[in-house]
Amino acid sequence: MLLSTETQKARLQNKDRIRKVVKDHAGLGLDFERMDYSTDLYRAGMTSYSSVVLMIALENEFEIEFPDHMLSRSVFESVDSIAAAIEGLQQERE
Amino acid sequence: MSVAQGALAFQELTAPEAFHEALATAAQHAAEVDRHSRFPSEAVAALRSAGAFGWGVPQAYGGAGARIDKLSEATFELSRACAATGMIFAMHQIQIASIARHLGDSLWFKNYLGRVVDEQRLIASATSEVGVGGDMRKSLAAVQPADGPDNLIHFEKRASTISYGAHADDLLTTLRRSPDADSGDQVLVLTHLADMDTKPTNEWDTLGMRGTCSPGFVVRATCLTDQVLPAAFAAIAAETMVPYSHILWAHVWLGIATDAFSRAQNFVRAQARQNPGTIPPTAHRLAELSVRMAGFRALVHEAMDEYMSLADEDRPGLSTIGYAVRINNLKIAASEVAVEACQAALRICGFLGYGNGGPYSVCRQLRDAHSAALMIANDRLLATNAALLLVYREGK
Repeated sequence: MLLSTETQKARLQNKDRIRKVVKDHAGLGLDFERMDYSTDLYRAGMTSYSSVVLMIALENEFEIEFPDHMLSRSVFESVDSIAAAIEGLQQERE
Repeated sequence: MSVAQGALAFQELTAPEAFHEALATAAQHAAEVDRHSRFPSEAVAALRSAGAFGWGVPQAYGGAGARIDKLSEATFELSRACAATGMIFAMHQIQIASIARHLGDSLWFKNYLGRVVDEQRLIASATSEVGVGGDMRKSLAAVQPADGPDNLIHFEKRASTISYGAHADDLLTTLRRSPDADSGDQVLVLTHLADMDTKPTNEWDTLGMRGTCSPGFVVRATCLTDQVLPAAFAAIAAETMVPYSHILWAHVWLGIATDAFSRAQNFVRAQARQNPGTIPPTAHRLAELSVRMAGFRALVHEAMDEYMSLADEDRPGLSTIGYAVRINNLKIAASEVAVEACQAALRICGFLGYGNGGPYSVCRQLRDAHSAALMIANDRLLATNAALLLVYREGK
């Protein structure tokens, strides 16, 4: 599927914002210059407690609420997976 | 349910008399096992003869393919007779499920499960570690490359407790995936105790659960890379090890409390027989305890039913925050009500309950029940749930 330039741009912006929230709130000791969107945050040291802090920070940043079925490990595994979840929620809202 | 009726429920897994024999043996030696803080070797031998260590192994690998409901029932019946025996059976089945549900395409582990059935091997676990503050989801010790061929690895771990570590055949150990992995990036490694170097670091002389013989150990092993379970421990813990542990442990505690209840009931009946035509005052306390026991059973059975419905059809559902909150709630609630029930039984039986022997003694039951709040400290689970409830909206 071909995406419009607009959609692609919006996605990248979302991912950059998510990356910044992860950097500030996920409590990871990793080198963020070397982190990419697919980096496994749990393998990088995110605990269940820091994942909760990250979830709250993301809800604030994007003015969303994650429904209970999205509060799972697979959703918060990486910037990519978080972006897909947030995009879904944003589309629902529109 | 009598011992004989209890055994009948297991006829699809073994000859009824074989499990009956294990229950009777466990009951016969329970007091002595407790007194001397020794391994219940007679009951464990009877379980071996019944083939019980293969019950949780899937039929594809030669086992009985018992699901968690049957294993829970067996745990419950054994724990009414001897809680240490029930806990050993439960812990072994937790390790079996953790392997069977996460072995992927591993030929080594498929072959191993066949050996468990044929040789009735008993598996212990080394998930605890000195220095991680009781957090099973963190490891310090790591899988290290061994000297020699590429397919050899090595590890050394200081486990703060290994239940029946000196009496098991095999050990399932949590370790960091590699020397440079994060403390939460763990794997499970299965090794044979006969090939390992193990040294107890303290004595197991405790208030209760004395027969589980669970001192700390330093364990060292060199093994094949094939002996590392392919799945990440994070998934094994969320989908299998934590729910299996909390559900089977809850059945141990329900068994202990049910044993205490039965003793209290026998005491009340004996009192009633001494004064025919009157209801003894302790009967009212027993009626109150009966209400608590009904709540206890409902709590445990509901958690088991939910796991049964998610275990195969909705594995991702087991990794949600909501499920983590609920399975932690089961552990906290069951561990607390078990002690309260034994205490209530003690009040009913009075000094005959307080004595260390005789049919109305509930001392061992009360002491054993006190271990429940400590096996993964309730305060740790409450702290976890406190954080999770900041995002999870409880509606179920």
